[in-house]
Amino acid sequence: MKELDRVRWRCRRGMLELDIILQRFVDKHYTQLNDTELQQFDTFLNLPDNDLWDMITAKKEIKDIKLQPMLQLLQIV
Amino acid sequence: MTITKRKFDVVIVGAGGSGMRAALQLSEAGVKVAVLSKVFPTRSHTVAAQGGIAASLGNVTEDNWHWHMYDTVKGSDYLGDQDAIEFMCRQANEVVYELEHFGMPFDRLENGKIYQRPFGGQSQNFGGAQATRSCAAADRTGHALLHTLYQRNVRANTQFFNEWMGLDLIHDEQGDVLGVTALEIETGEVVALQARAVLLATGGGGRVFQASTNAFINTGDGLGMAARSGIPLEDMEFWQFHPTGVYGAGVLISEAVRGEGGYLLNKDGERFMERYAPNARDLASRDVVSRAMTTEIKEGRGCGINADHILLKLNHLDANVINMRLPGIREIAIKFAQVDPINEPIPVVPTAHYMMGGIPTNLHGQVVVPYKTGPEEVVQGLYAAGECACVSVHGANRLGTNSLLDILVFGRAVGSQIIEDLRNNPHHKPFPTSSTDKSLARLARLDSQKDGESVAQVGDVLRKTMQAHCGVFRFADMLKEGVTKISKIAERAEHTEIRDKSRVFNTARVEALELTNLAEVALATMVSAEARNESRGAHARDDFSIRDDNKWLKHTLYFSEERRLDYKPVRLKPLTVESFSPKARTY
Repeated sequence: MKELDRVRWRCRRGMLELDIILQRFVDKHYTQLNDTELQQFDTFLNLPDNDLWDMITAKKEIKDIKLQPMLQLLQIV
Repeated sequence: MTITKRKFDVVIVGAGGSGMRAALQLSEAGVKVAVLSKVFPTRSHTVAAQGGIAASLGNVTEDNWHWHMYDTVKGSDYLGDQDAIEFMCRQANEVVYELEHFGMPFDRLENGKIYQRPFGGQSQNFGGAQATRSCAAADRTGHALLHTLYQRNVRANTQFFNEWMGLDLIHDEQGDVLGVTALEIETGEVVALQARAVLLATGGGGRVFQASTNAFINTGDGLGMAARSGIPLEDMEFWQFHPTGVYGAGVLISEAVRGEGGYLLNKDGERFMERYAPNARDLASRDVVSRAMTTEIKEGRGCGINADHILLKLNHLDANVINMRLPGIREIAIKFAQVDPINEPIPVVPTAHYMMGGIPTNLHGQVVVPYKTGPEEVVQGLYAAGECACVSVHGANRLGTNSLLDILVFGRAVGSQIIEDLRNNPHHKPFPTSSTDKSLARLARLDSQKDGESVAQVGDVLRKTMQAHCGVFRFADMLKEGVTKISKIAERAEHTEIRDKSRVFNTARVEALELTNLAEVALATMVSAEARNESRGAHARDDFSIRDDNKWLKHTLYFSEERRLDYKPVRLKPLTVESFSPKARTY
């Protein structure tokens, strides 16, 4: 319960676009994520706003191939 | 409930551009600074600023600060204080070079100098040819600025308190500010932070509108804190709107869409801008387009089930034009409006973007209020900078690229002023225990509230009411009704109920507290707008369509306690040059 609160708060960003996309993602997917996926999502949350937005809008590629499936989820949510 | 006390020289609430610029000034001078931020500092809303920083460096075309000053005064529709505007424009080059020295990755010209680009509202020679005044770091100037300032602050040992929310000002009976109460979100603990100076740098409060480009964190917390302590809020009727935000989301659709041939339609499929601006049509200025859209909606020609938005059509354009010339637009429409603009028009509404009003300060960042002898007496120990402050350099409307300049110039100025004031004020004053009661009572009320409404529900009504009654184009009857409505809603915001009463990471509690701040901002806006019987800058009245300098060349001051208004004169006298006297504003 508190983990969900924590993650929701960390989805509060400087850019409105990310506020909306991340909130949508958490509502839709967060409770179904396994431990590895939770860690991966955390990696995305720790990115600067502009880098994260560029990845979600496919303006920038992600180096770590293992993160690709999680990014795809973020892109279509 | 006992309350933990901690002692600092200075407490800064907010870690956006102005808070961090001031923190740097102070930390580098050896002052012990605490900076509170609801979110990690580099995720402050400054990050969303793309346009650049205005400074008359003259690297591309000839320029000087006096021309910049003229543009800013004119842009403010003569409501800006000309001493503060002169101060800001004269300091612009210095703060930009300083930032360059801090490692800010500005775009460069081939000769190595900082690249500058033209931006709307910037002119040469007092209203002549387009000036080239904006210094940028690609399309992410705000991002680069925040990261640069954050790194420097870490190096200077600024102490950050991340995921902390400021609650209330602590003051003594004379009104001197002695610290703040704050909530540590992680533990749910309330702490009294004692300080010889408190700087409010909490940014804007754009979340009071249903359609807003502001991030969720922009709930006007500093304005709520000030208002609850008897500090008036200045010029709150002035909000800058952008004509095309995505309906229901607020995300901006760039003006470039209309530039490339996109146009607006009402529910009858009529290209209505032809009626309002026969020549410029959809390319008329932002306020003309926004007002036309509002009129269409108000007269029942809005689109959708609720007839509450307008359609932006670009599906007559070639798919290649959309993909090549308007990169990102298609993605934004698909993500936030669930329509593919290649096939369908995008639903849009005029969307709140920037708050010109705020906590009244002088050009040193000291908060000033009418008190005993004069209209602008300094409140000891309290300072404000950035969007939450009203210096006022933006007056009734802000020019693009002047907001980042504002936070740098006044972030630095307030830092220097605090250093000076601390010298004259070397000891912390003890504060009465009762001074923290207000915050504790607000939290206790939330814990014990029964049969209250949800925060989301009241927040929703508040935002809808602001949008309908106090949007980009304002009508006497709607404003009057709006004041009654928003007063009741503010009352409801004091009686919300949260289900989660736990201490640890209780975001429901944070959101309930944010709502009370939004209610202060909304009330101040509605009451001030209802009273101002003229149109000036971003405040456009249907019943008083022109600027009235005889009656209204003055700043509004709204006092929360009795919901009363007062006014103070505009500072028309600059520091060294001649005053720019009000003229009709045409572009």
